[in-house]
Amino acid sequence: MPLSADEVRHVAMLARLAIDEEQVEHLASELSSILEYAEQVGEVAAAEVEPMTHPFPLENVLRPDDPRDTLDRDELLAQAPDADGNRFVVPRIVADEEDGG
Amino acid sequence: MSLVTETASGLARRIADGEVKAREVVDAHLERIEAVDGDVRAFLHVTADAARAQADEVDRRVAAGDELPPLAGVPVAIKDIFCTRGVPTTAGSKILEGWIPPYDATVVEALRAAGTISLGKVNLDEFAMGSSTENSAYADTANPWDLGRVPGGSSGGSVAAVAGLMAPLAVGTDTGGSIRQPAALTGTVGLKPTYGRVSRYGIVAFASSLDQAGPVARTVEDTALLHTAISGHDPRDSTSLPEDVGDVLQDLRKGVEGLKVGVVTELQGEGYETGVEQAFEAGLHRLESLGAEIVEVSLPHAPYGLPAYYLVAPSEASSNLARYDGTLYGLRVDASTAEEMNARTRAEGFGPEVQRRIMIGTYALSAGYFDAYYLQASKVRRLIAQDFEAAFAQADVLTSPTSPTVAFPFDSKTNDPIAMYLNDIATVPASLAGIPALSVPCGLDEQGLPVGMQLMGPLLAEGLLLRVAWAFEQEAGFDPIPRGDRAAPAPGSDDGGGS
Amino acid sequence: MTVAETTDRTGWEQDGYHLVVGLEVHVELTELNTKMFSPDPISFGAEPNTMVTPVSAGLPGSLPVANAAAVEAAARLGLALNCDIAERCRFHRKNYFYPDLPKNYQISQYDVPLCSDGWLDLNVDEDETVRIGIERVHMEEDTAKSTHEGDTGRLHGADRTAIDLNRAGVPLLECVSRPDIRHPDEAQAYLRELVGIARALGISDAKMEEGSIRCDANVSVRREGEPFGTRTEIKNVNSVRSLGRAIAYEAERQVRLLQDGGEVVQETRHWDEGRGVTETLRRKETLADYRYFPDPDLVPVVHTTERVEELRATLPELPAETRQRLVAAGVAPAQAATIVDNDLTTWFDDAVDQEADAATVANWLSGDLLGQLGQAGVEPAASGLNGRHIGELVRLIDDGTLSNKLAKQVLETMVEERGERTPSAIAQQEGLEQVSDEDELQEIVDRVIADNPDTVATIRDGNEKAIGALVGQVMRETRGQADPRLTNELLRMTIHGD
Repeated sequence: MPLSADEVRHVAMLARLAIDEEQVEHLASELSSILEYAEQVGEVAAAEVEPMTHPFPLENVLRPDDPRDTLDRDELLAQAPDADGNRFVVPRIVADEEDGG
Repeated sequence: MSLVTETASGLARRIADGEVKAREVVDAHLERIEAVDGDVRAFLHVTADAARAQADEVDRRVAAGDELPPLAGVPVAIKDIFCTRGVPTTAGSKILEGWIPPYDATVVEALRAAGTISLGKVNLDEFAMGSSTENSAYADTANPWDLGRVPGGSSGGSVAAVAGLMAPLAVGTDTGGSIRQPAALTGTVGLKPTYGRVSRYGIVAFASSLDQAGPVARTVEDTALLHTAISGHDPRDSTSLPEDVGDVLQDLRKGVEGLKVGVVTELQGEGYETGVEQAFEAGLHRLESLGAEIVEVSLPHAPYGLPAYYLVAPSEASSNLARYDGTLYGLRVDASTAEEMNARTRAEGFGPEVQRRIMIGTYALSAGYFDAYYLQASKVRRLIAQDFEAAFAQADVLTSPTSPTVAFPFDSKTNDPIAMYLNDIATVPASLAGIPALSVPCGLDEQGLPVGMQLMGPLLAEGLLLRVAWAFEQEAGFDPIPRGDRAAPAPGSDDGGGS
Repeated sequence: MTVAETTDRTGWEQDGYHLVVGLEVHVELTELNTKMFSPDPISFGAEPNTMVTPVSAGLPGSLPVANAAAVEAAARLGLALNCDIAERCRFHRKNYFYPDLPKNYQISQYDVPLCSDGWLDLNVDEDETVRIGIERVHMEEDTAKSTHEGDTGRLHGADRTAIDLNRAGVPLLECVSRPDIRHPDEAQAYLRELVGIARALGISDAKMEEGSIRCDANVSVRREGEPFGTRTEIKNVNSVRSLGRAIAYEAERQVRLLQDGGEVVQETRHWDEGRGVTETLRRKETLADYRYFPDPDLVPVVHTTERVEELRATLPELPAETRQRLVAAGVAPAQAATIVDNDLTTWFDDAVDQEADAATVANWLSGDLLGQLGQAGVEPAASGLNGRHIGELVRLIDDGTLSNKLAKQVLETMVEERGERTPSAIAQQEGLEQVSDEDELQEIVDRVIADNPDTVATIRDGNEKAIGALVGQVMRETRGQADPRLTNELLRMTIHGD
């Protein structure tokens, strides 16, 4: 199924990628051809097949509730594009608060 | 033998015996890098001072008669996707330019524990997405066999460092073929272990359910040694296998007499270059002459492997790469709002292939498409794994050409994503099934470019694969040293390293 | 006890419209040592960005490993809420971009939560119980703390946002009720009960004001017999009291809107505590696309039947059971509820262990203790006092050592000095144990006078020294603890009638 220009814009928005309007058409055709290739998976009759997310059936891999060493704050913040000495800083947020938590 | 053409096992033995100093070995390789890497461009970051200091430490321990770890003093090149504390780690991406991890990957810790000495970080396709290393934001790595051609990818820097005699060992990662395909294209040995055999902790994630680190070397024995050094259970990775690694070296020399080798019907024919097919055929005859029985097996769903892979891997990648947004680390492109800052940072920081895959993955996971894309691909994945199970009832190991082509010239596939993806057609099925697979050189094509033979085994059968590969290697008589270097070894590659 | 049918039950009503509420409660597992998927210590009030490891910062290459204690806490909460525990469940990624989310996805649960299909019974009044269905309890990780800086201090109009990762990854349990709540009081009772259960399980301090319990309310109204109306989601409710107020306000707003011929719009609304109103936060015109998929970094969590039973056996007495037990011991139901809601059950048990009378203990706990602590602005747990103190105090009253009035004084001192001395010590050292209460002493004096008419006559005849015998009597009656000066005075005044 070919991607429309609007779908490309929507996907770019979801993926937080700033794309130029001139790119949209080219991206639509490029992504469409990749998807068309990938859509071959639809030819396989797999309705009853259990999806595979891991090659090895591991389960209950849990960690004891023991604390470990934390990172040095200065080292952590040294990598930050912007910080105020003890916290990371980003420009103002326009979108509404998400359902964090 | 020159220090830079020597094997890792040979170097380890000579260093331990005091025959040669670790410092001499390291200096010889650093000089080799100095001499040839301007043309090959394998290294993104050379840690010469740290390497020399570590070599001196090994030499002190040798002099003191201390017990040494198995690969003490042996140089190694590290794909720049492994986090290295205090050493820049970029994953080949502009978005991580200048990022210095505050911690080491488990593999990096293991390499240190085994006594190896890191020479630095080597190039890769951005976030390991690619088959030519041309997607690196920093450099196009050249194939030491022909500097006008690609080394394959994404672990192009790892294989080029090893084939180019800049390191006897390298670690890479393989998500859909990223160790095996470049190994095939550079005449090196590359192993993708069973998924979960090597810890993923500290490896910049591409596709979490497929990513697997593994060794690259010029010989099968060296590959086995490095595999042993980096494998094992890690409680910091939930998907790490608790099973014992076992001793893959023990059975290395047992030969292939009586083993059944299954040739996969679906992984040959259309799309495979004649030169590749011919070298592969010759390889099969060699295996037969060694006493293996060649049988034909079918993986009926294998043709759907690549389409399934190009849904599963981008889906996971779209989520794994969401964190690169200019907030906590890495590149930030300033803007007046956080949203715009995120979107511009990502547009500026990610290259076109990474953006393509993020968009494909985002789309494949989005409402209304999840079932047809991600879910269906995950089901096909199961069918492929079941195909392998059935095939392993008929053969001990399976084989195919590693890559449908030999090394190709720069820029020949960069404008056609699908043509580039087809490089992985033979390697992706094993990745989806999580089984171990390796590439061992099986000869040269008519242009003198290396061809690789892929061997695939059941889960955790790394030992068996290495055993078959070792027997094959002895018989094939392949010289892993690229033509130019055989004719006239580069300056600085002489014994003693000129120190 | 009757359990009312939920779906058709009506409760709050205005102009023929009935209320329907469902609650989403987030319980932060504050009592654990480490985060949900990483070994960072949980420490509230630590310096910003000091409780961080590569995992909680979402650094490249870092990987999550689930905390066994968090999984156990989640299963126990589910069992306390009568849920089924999934034999096999897994973690999903919920993908969305927000600066307080280091990985830009939250590890949560999706199609198969750990706990599902439970219920919680509420005593709304003394003889009626309503059953609120629990749809699910699932595990997830908390976000970082973001502070919007600028003129307003709120999101809108802020210049920039500062991020502290200490909270990022703290284990959260999301508990989703069915839309079975029919009255603001029920919503409050539900929340209070959930807080009590979380505390009884020892998994969370469950403090709404500190954010370790967060509650969002889905509110709609409908005419009797009609299907559910369009709902709004109310956020920023910071106490049990504001939950009731916010729901009542929102219900009234919706009814007014409908009566004026308008329509309720599905949206998220923000509760403004100061103004007592809800306001539009964002419209949900298009459903958010979270692109949920199974987290490939984590493996399934499996619970066998044996494991579930093992966990069930670890459940402590839950608030409803405690209330029942207290009432059976002679405590008034309202006081039992107060004791449980204020986390004073251990105090009660410790006090009664001191051989103090249960009803009296309950009186003191729910009345004077909470009253005095409230005035002093001190939490019971931080007061330095404990149940043994209260038991001793009540015993001192029971055996007559202290009058009620004196006991209150002793308690006041105890609260003031944060439990430094025992009630007996205070009574003794402060001389409070002597009976110097005029009314109380007068009673004894009157009795002694009535019992000794001959002596009284002698005194009235002018033999003032005979009064000493009566003082002795009073002293015997009070075991020597009557104030002698006051006793003398009272005896003289009573006998001479002036």
